[in-house]
Amino acid sequence: MGFPDRIERTVEIAHSPAKVWAAITTADGLAAWFGDEASIDLRPGGAAKLTWTGGPTVDIRVERVEEPTVFAFTWPIYGLTDDDPRRTYVEFTLEPSGAGTRLRVVESGFAQLPEDAYRKAYDGNTEGWMKELGELVDYLDAA
Amino acid sequence: MPPEIEAIAEQVFSALADPSRRAILAALASGGPATATDLADRLPITRQAIAKHLALLSEAGLVTAEPGERRRVRYRLRSAPMRVAQQFLAALARDWDTSLDALKDHLENSA
Repeated sequence: MGFPDRIERTVEIAHSPAKVWAAITTADGLAAWFGDEASIDLRPGGAAKLTWTGGPTVDIRVERVEEPTVFAFTWPIYGLTDDDPRRTYVEFTLEPSGAGTRLRVVESGFAQLPEDAYRKAYDGNTEGWMKELGELVDYLDAA
Repeated sequence: MPPEIEAIAEQVFSALADPSRRAILAALASGGPATATDLADRLPITRQAIAKHLALLSEAGLVTAEPGERRRVRYRLRSAPMRVAQQFLAALARDWDTSLDALKDHLENSA
């Protein structure tokens, strides 16, 4: 079947690395092309948030900030539950190309599974809702 | 990448490729654990066909059998394999082409 772990794209943009850098690392820049609203604390370990109108809000963790060549972050894997620890790693690399910029984006980690995931996926796992419902019952009983 | 992920995702997708199995999984997802008889009452599928599909789904690890009332076996959906398949779908759904086109347009048309 071929399970892609990694997505890779390169685009040529007719603007300087400084302009591209601003577009991918500032709240205004990100809101203009990526999300509908954005916030970002631009430092390794800093938090960023992207919101799509009528869609999801995604919590991002900034990982690498090497102006104006490397910007990287991790974010949750779309479709997994909010408490799932798995995240993909997205790295932008900017390289001057003539008067413009060659921008490369690599997103990796789609095929990752935490240690216990095989066990979970293969063996019985009847926790989840049963546990949640048990907690609800305990809560109601205590009230 | 370990081959197990593919094996798990493949089982999920082959299970979902069949409309009867899709209906059974959907019924378990929306209504919770059920016996083969419950499912036969709810779905336009014969009891025999449901039993056959449940056996297959159970073998693939997509449902799990548990003791129910009056010695009936109840089947419960197992979400873990679905999450593995969802990761595969996430890679397909990540649309960098559209995002990067938007970035280019933003920079090249707003300057």
